[in-house]
Amino acid sequence: MRLDRDVAQRVDRIELPFNSIGVDPYGVSKWHLRVGMTSLAALYRWYFSVEATGVEHIPARGRAMLIGNHSGGIAIDGAMVIASCFLEMDPPRLAQGMVEKFLNRFPFANLWTSRTGQFTGLPEHAERLLEEDRLLMVFPEGARGTAKLYRDRNSLVEFGTGFMRLALKTKTPIVPFAVLGGGEAFPTVANGYKLGRLFGVPYVPIVAYGLPIPLPAKIQIQYGAPMVFSGSGNEDDAIVFGYVDQVKEVIARMLAAGAKRRRGDVPQLEG
Amino acid sequence: MRVLIPGAAGAIARKVVVRLKNEGHQVVGIDRRPWHDAPVEFHTVDVRKRAAEDVFRKFRPHAVVHMATVTSLVVFGEERYQINLGGTRAVFDHSRAYGVEHCIFVGRHTYYGAGPDSPLFHKEDEPPLALNVFPELADLVAADLYAATALWRFPELATTVLRICYTLGPTGHGTLATFIRGKRVPMVLGFDPLFQFMHEDDVIESIVLTLAKRPKGVFNVAGPQPLPLSRVIAEADRTPIPIPRWVLENMIGRFGFPKLPKGALTHIEYPVVVDASAFREATGFDHRYDELSAVAAFRTAFPRPQ
Repeated sequence: MRLDRDVAQRVDRIELPFNSIGVDPYGVSKWHLRVGMTSLAALYRWYFSVEATGVEHIPARGRAMLIGNHSGGIAIDGAMVIASCFLEMDPPRLAQGMVEKFLNRFPFANLWTSRTGQFTGLPEHAERLLEEDRLLMVFPEGARGTAKLYRDRNSLVEFGTGFMRLALKTKTPIVPFAVLGGGEAFPTVANGYKLGRLFGVPYVPIVAYGLPIPLPAKIQIQYGAPMVFSGSGNEDDAIVFGYVDQVKEVIARMLAAGAKRRRGDVPQLEG
Repeated sequence: MRVLIPGAAGAIARKVVVRLKNEGHQVVGIDRRPWHDAPVEFHTVDVRKRAAEDVFRKFRPHAVVHMATVTSLVVFGEERYQINLGGTRAVFDHSRAYGVEHCIFVGRHTYYGAGPDSPLFHKEDEPPLALNVFPELADLVAADLYAATALWRFPELATTVLRICYTLGPTGHGTLATFIRGKRVPMVLGFDPLFQFMHEDDVIESIVLTLAKRPKGVFNVAGPQPLPLSRVIAEADRTPIPIPRWVLENMIGRFGFPKLPKGALTHIEYPVVVDASAFREATGFDHRYDELSAVAAFRTAFPRPQ
């Protein structure tokens, strides 16, 4: 089956409250999903040859939060997680990411993120989407996570706690995931923070080969079993940190195991 | 019930007047704009003038629906401040002085402002944003907040502040309708914000329901789901013309483009979308027209200009 036809059929099977012209109450548009997902699917299948395991852990319906690591200097990881939920799940689901605020200021980026359900990372958005039983994708490392250099590609930086308080408040199961290969696809050797300020972005990732285009490295995504925490979201920091650490540990374990498996079939760029 | 409507000569207000009259209410209108064949007692007077107070004194209304506010697209400069703030103050002072039981401030959802980091579906407790980039909105925001002070200043007066989304329908009045009136509609290149609007008849229904239910407090009022501006334009059978922001900024007020404050451009870049669930709960309101039939009603009344 042709890719675009397959994507179009999948878009029609996404369970969102679209109106008769294919727009949902948040402005997610079927037309934009078709165009966006067709390019993501091509990247997913042929360019990054993504291998996703454990997709069955993502609930087919109802609220859930995908929590994972950032891998690579630009948001390939998020795009491929969205693509995996769309291409591997049945019925397909739209994972809705929480986008860095600066993106919303840019023409076209603003338009495409809005129309494909990737909203600005505001607590109000996250809570509302969960209350409407949608699938939320969060990278608790934030921009610090995408700024990881090649040598740190399979490590984790500090996790924010906002996602956990929200999961407790809205009683949302957390599906942890680990992304491997983003670091190889976009091997950042340095980050240009001053250059970033010039463009109004947090930083500009710099790769050894100059061109800011990702390499066709194999990307692996592993989803873990859902984790459920009970509470109100108003717990002391110490308790919330403890829960966050549990999630972080699961992701770190998946990352370590995945990195071990990858060793050998991925060219090592460093000594 | 005796209902006084300041700003009664406006397009939507006229329909409210007729609807209330038909329901058997005794209605009196005031407006500084004339309404020649008004179907009810009508006084061509500024709400801030003594003659307006006289109407309060003689008519002794049970309820007041304050619809005499103006946007920066209609009235410029200092005068707008006077109308919006001075007028609102007069309405509440007279309401209190002459024993009014219920006062409704008909405000706008643009209170919340549009900006890159403002959330979709604002709730009533959110503060206004982005006034720094669109200072011409300040007087309406201030009037809205001032009206809400009546909730604690005059507890005996039931006060309802409504923040109503854009209106679209057969009269072709209102900010959105005016914006999409022409054959070609400018957009900011690379942006396509959600626009939230309701059919005029639903707006009228929401005001009439508010009168009947007398909910106290501040309420967002909206009907069907919002639509991206490009879809509104397409459904209205118009042609969107995406123009880069810096070009558009320099075209304002020239080449036949309407004169707009620069900040107004943020409202065609970023959405203002409200959560109206509290209003639905308090009044039982439900819209009769969905988003597409509201645009269709506008398109039928104002077909694409040739």
